[in-house]
Amino acid sequence: MDFFDRFAIPHPSPVIYASMVAIGLTVIAIVAGLTYFKKWGYLWREWITTVDHKRIGIMYLLSALLMLFRGGVDALMMRAQTAVPENTLLDAQHYNEIFTTHGVVMIIFMAMAFIIALMNFVVPLQIGARDVAFPRLNNLSFWLYFMGAMLFNLSFVIGGSPSAGWTSYFPLAGNEFSESVGTNYYMLAIQISGIGTLMTGINFIATILKMRAPGMKLMKMPMFTWSALITNLIIVFAFPVLTVALAMGTMDRLFGSNFFTTTDGGMDMLWANLFWVWGHPEVYILILPAFGIYSEIIPTFARRNLYGYKSMVASMVLISLLSFFVWVHHFFTMGQGALVNSIFSISTMAIAVPTGIKIFNWLFTLWKGKIKFTVPMLYSLGFLPIFTIGGVTGVMLGMSAADYQYHNTMFLVAHFHLVIIPGVVFAMIAGLTYWWPKMFGFMLNERIGKWTFWFIAGGTCLAFFPMFISGLDGQARRMYTYSEATGFGIWNMLSFIGALGLAAGFVLLVYNIYYSTRYASRDIGDDPWDARSLEWATHNPVPEYNFAITPQVNSSEAFWDSKKNGHTLFKGDYKEIHMPNNSGVPFIMSIIFFVLGFALVFSMWIVAIVSLIGIFACLAHRSFEKDHGHHISVEEIEKTEAEMRGAK
Amino acid sequence: MKMDNTMPLEYQTEQSRLNIFGFWVFLGAEIMLFGTLFASFFTLEGRTGSGPTGAEIFEITPVLVETFLLLTSSFTIGLGVHAMRIANKKAMIAFFSITLILGLGFLGFEIFEFIHYVHEGAGLQASAFTSILLTTLGTHGAHVTFGLFWGLFIILQVKKRGLTPETANKSFIFSLYWHFLDVVWIFIFSFIYLKGMM
Ligand code: HEM
Ligand SMILES: [Cu+2]
Repeated sequence: MDFFDRFAIPHPSPVIYASMVAIGLTVIAIVAGLTYFKKWGYLWREWITTVDHKRIGIMYLLSALLMLFRGGVDALMMRAQTAVPENTLLDAQHYNEIFTTHGVVMIIFMAMAFIIALMNFVVPLQIGARDVAFPRLNNLSFWLYFMGAMLFNLSFVIGGSPSAGWTSYFPLAGNEFSESVGTNYYMLAIQISGIGTLMTGINFIATILKMRAPGMKLMKMPMFTWSALITNLIIVFAFPVLTVALAMGTMDRLFGSNFFTTTDGGMDMLWANLFWVWGHPEVYILILPAFGIYSEIIPTFARRNLYGYKSMVASMVLISLLSFFVWVHHFFTMGQGALVNSIFSISTMAIAVPTGIKIFNWLFTLWKGKIKFTVPMLYSLGFLPIFTIGGVTGVMLGMSAADYQYHNTMFLVAHFHLVIIPGVVFAMIAGLTYWWPKMFGFMLNERIGKWTFWFIAGGTCLAFFPMFISGLDGQARRMYTYSEATGFGIWNMLSFIGALGLAAGFVLLVYNIYYSTRYASRDIGDDPWDARSLEWATHNPVPEYNFAITPQVNSSEAFWDSKKNGHTLFKGDYKEIHMPNNSGVPFIMSIIFFVLGFALVFSMWIVAIVSLIGIFACLAHRSFEKDHGHHISVEEIEKTEAEMRGAK
Repeated sequence: MKMDNTMPLEYQTEQSRLNIFGFWVFLGAEIMLFGTLFASFFTLEGRTGSGPTGAEIFEITPVLVETFLLLTSSFTIGLGVHAMRIANKKAMIAFFSITLILGLGFLGFEIFEFIHYVHEGAGLQASAFTSILLTTLGTHGAHVTFGLFWGLFIILQVKKRGLTPETANKSFIFSLYWHFLDVVWIFIFSFIYLKGMM
């Protein structure tokens, strides 16, 4: 029995048992459904093994939405627990677990997946490429991310969730204070999906730098592609730091090394430093693609070209550089001297300058524009003021002397949610709505979409503005309850109501997807928004090969030029198109990674060694494999193109 | 497939050029990885706790032998790539094989060195210093081990399939990897061993 004991949950509760049952039933239902409708083959051939960047993008998207709901449930539970003083809905340990998993799930498995989803779908189309540079690696990236996410979520029902915060500071996260396997899950699951992310970074840098359509100079790239390029550069330089930090944390926990311990020379602050050397660039990894999305949407619906293209690019480059020199602002209170704190204070505040430039550029684009208030535009307009409030409070936090007051209070929590939600979440929903017709060939319902926007925007403000006040009043973050006498009750109740509003918004979003799938018109043409960049020059939904003829580009708004100034995008005749083959190996390899992670979490060495060998076997197989892809013949292209045109 | 015959064999197809470029980006990430390890090493170097210091455990002879083996292997793989460029398959295979044998020798000495450390009471758990020392060396050593297998697979493929744009591309990328490991070793040699022994 001893062997099985370790898989038990250390602090079980009815919620956890109910989730176990729910997870079990869902798995059975999915397996039964797939078998009954004979969809296994379809799933395997068309999705699991796919190397098509569009399908991989859609898989990222679905996973991101799934994780949004997982993280959202955590959030609702936290807000419910703190809604009234002295609440007993959750105990301290459970509260610790859900704020930890909330942070990790939202940042690593939701937001990252969402931006990578849109990058995957949009970037190759925007630069007129057939696919990414390494299509099969792209499939592997997705599955590693997905298996990492699944491994992390497994902790909830097997062995217990991590509870040392998404920042997982040592010594709290060490064996002494975090005895359960939860933190092992944290280290290994993030490691596995991080490897996937790193490979995405390499893949997209190569794609963007080497595969642009003829004529598309760097300074003629659409702004979203620019943001993707810079984001991926940050990924490649920041993620290895996390890789090392997680590896050290894992060794401390599994092999008794002394990196972050408090004995034998170990140094807990090393973790904090390494974590934030990755962590601060990470928040810019999240925000830059969002900036890119807004830079596509605002010109489209203000019906003017983007103001200050060059300064937009320059400010992103500057942000990406500065983002590596501010990490200490996350622990001003943790023992550096005044000099170090001052230097990092100044570098932190400096980031507000390029960010401000971008805000003004968007405002100038809107100035005198003929604004169309579509759903994507609403999110962009909502983003501007809310994000600015979040950013300005960031500058407040960046003043190291003042930060002694704000640090680790609800004020900080308000800051980062008010940058991340209008930054990442609004942008992702805006981008999703904007590119939805490209993905699926129909539009999301505008009326439901507007309701969704008001719920989400209103919910965000109501949920997080009160935290500024309770934070300044001294309410610490991550406390599972407080006494009546503190007077925090009212602010937390407001937050709870706001959180319910946000949740309602997300439910509406999903309802909108369902509703539009059923009822929306499929007859929307190829350019429903009257848009500007290259991805709109092909069909809705996009054929496998993206563009029948590689486009010729002469400006950053090539498609707009072709519509208004008579520039010819497509010259010449159809030619045979070379496409990569699907492969099941990345999926299998990722499953082995999952097993390896699980084995390490529970220190099952034999299984771990066997899976390690399995991974190398997959790599060896890849090395020896001959795979020259396949060709789509001219007749096939003609047929597809005729059908696509006929459908309109 | 589009071919560009004005370029060396390993650069001729579009995908080959992408592969080489992508690998350079990957090496950028590797630099960050080892950079982080070095930064951590400098931070923890003096934190020996109750364990031994570097000066107490480092021995110059095996380290010099390792350095010699690895540097020579970097030279021989350069010759291998040169042989590939002049389409001399036999010489290329020979040079690649010598490279791997030298790599194997390096690894042998490194394993011996690790055993020695553990005997001296400098195991992974002894102190923050030994933890980071063995992790940094171990990460490099693991890269070399991985490279041995990878190189072997490439030799087998060149042998069977001849020098094609694809095998040439793989061999060239492997040579980049191998040179990179050599560069990392030079840093390890100077900043971990030499500095530690002074
Ligand atoms: C003008 C720009 C910004 C400045 C000056 C700024 C400044 C700061 C400072 C000083 C802190 C640490 C406060 C403390 O712990 O006491 C902080 C925390 C944080 N910021 Fe920002 N920030 C900015 C923009 C952003 C953006 C764009 C994002 C995300 C998209 C973001 C996400 C976060 C997160 C997640 C944390 C807290 C992490 C934690 O401790 O759990 N910030 N910010
Ligand atoms: Cu930061």
